[in-house]
Amino acid sequence: MKVLENLYYSKDHEWVRAEGGRALIGITDHAQLGLGDVVYVELPEEGAEFQAGDAIGVVESVKAASDVYTPVSGKVLRVNEELIDSPERINEDPYGSWLAELEITDENELEGLLSPEKYKALCLEEA
Amino acid sequence: MDHLLKTPLYPAYGEYGAKIVDFAGWALPLQFEGILPEHHAVREAAGMFDVSHMGEVEVTGKDALFYLNRLLSNDITRIKDYQVQYNIMLNENGGAVDDVLAYRYSDQHFLVIVNAANRIKDVQWMKEHAQGYQVTVNDSSDDVAQLALQGPKAIDIMKAIIGEAAEQIRFFRFSDSIRIKGVSCLISRTGYTGEDGFEIYLKPDHAADVWRYLLEIGKEYGLKPAGLGCRDTLRFEACLPLYGHELAEDITPLEAGLGSFVKLEKQNFIGKQALAKQVESGVSRKLTGFEMTDRGIARGGYEIRKDGKKAGYVTTGYFAPTLGKNLGLALIDAGFSGPGNGIEVVIRGKSVHGVTVETPFYKKKYKK
Repeated sequence: MKVLENLYYSKDHEWVRAEGGRALIGITDHAQLGLGDVVYVELPEEGAEFQAGDAIGVVESVKAASDVYTPVSGKVLRVNEELIDSPERINEDPYGSWLAELEITDENELEGLLSPEKYKALCLEEA
Repeated sequence: MDHLLKTPLYPAYGEYGAKIVDFAGWALPLQFEGILPEHHAVREAAGMFDVSHMGEVEVTGKDALFYLNRLLSNDITRIKDYQVQYNIMLNENGGAVDDVLAYRYSDQHFLVIVNAANRIKDVQWMKEHAQGYQVTVNDSSDDVAQLALQGPKAIDIMKAIIGEAAEQIRFFRFSDSIRIKGVSCLISRTGYTGEDGFEIYLKPDHAADVWRYLLEIGKEYGLKPAGLGCRDTLRFEACLPLYGHELAEDITPLEAGLGSFVKLEKQNFIGKQALAKQVESGVSRKLTGFEMTDRGIARGGYEIRKDGKKAGYVTTGYFAPTLGKNLGLALIDAGFSGPGNGIEVVIRGKSVHGVTVETPFYKKKYKK
């Protein structure tokens, strides 16, 4: 189960890649392993605004629909259209398959997220 | 997992990478390699399922045939020794207590295969209704393990294991004089996937060895271990009912489109009056297939609307792996249950468009 070093993590198994006031959001390797084969994604609208913790999309596996929550507050700049036709990319490359890019409202929120070490520990705890 | 029931194959699951879940109180594999690869394997080569959690009820005695014909929807007097028949066990309202397979050894000896979730209820029902008949009802489930080998290559794998005897086991027939690795087996040409295949019943003691052996021999044919996840997507594509979804105590076989398994012309049976009335007045709701026309996956329990008004609900819905589309089965008002009707499925509070279609979605590949 992979955990990348240069990312922030949420306790709901989302990852955040933050750079220059923007954040890419996706779901972790742990999350995609738990879901199984992903067959459908619902992405947010461009321009939509969210608070940290809001549901911004849905990832559906064969068996179930799973909400994706944004770990940070922000406005959607763009979404990853590729996932609409190829949702299986989330299984194949969870850290390369960002769902949405947000313009971050408050950089300080990143401090409240989990470091890679803390996230690894969380995953071990949940096992 | 400690509080869950385990089949005799449970110790072997780990060797194949099983992801285990709670199904009706049993610890069973949801998947091994993954639901999609296992589903495709069954359609293109073969898959093997541990279905030992199913219940087996022996019915024996002078009145066995007469008793069962009263309890079941189909005409069981029509089958021969070593033949199998699909039946619905009905309640007085014509609803389903369970759907079952009845295996006939002779007119005084039957084996009835029941759904795991209904086993205790079914046995109680069967024993209650045995009063006044010279018949013994015995739950032998704890003494029976069951494997299902399903797919176009199942026959080749079976031949590799038991030789030409495999060809002798015809569709919905069984043999109880087969040995696999010296282990005595009852094998029927039955299944729940829409593909050709075999169901193998044996004593628990060596079931895990037989499972491993079958997987070993079957490997070169593309055989994969398969779990509950693809078991549901496979039967769904073939439009086979799942009790609790397409059939229930308050869903009759007529509503579920299973009228061909109800023989109203036979002598009195439980539920006959209620179903005869339903034929006369027509069903008010009917099981219908549909396809999503907007983006979205319909799932069991979702509401169905017609022109904004509530019209029914989804009984089972999935992204169908072989057909590559989002499909569903729904119980909807009989008025628009024919194909070609626009409907709306409520997904997370939004109405998403679909259209009713002909069933089955996937044409069964039985070798009759």
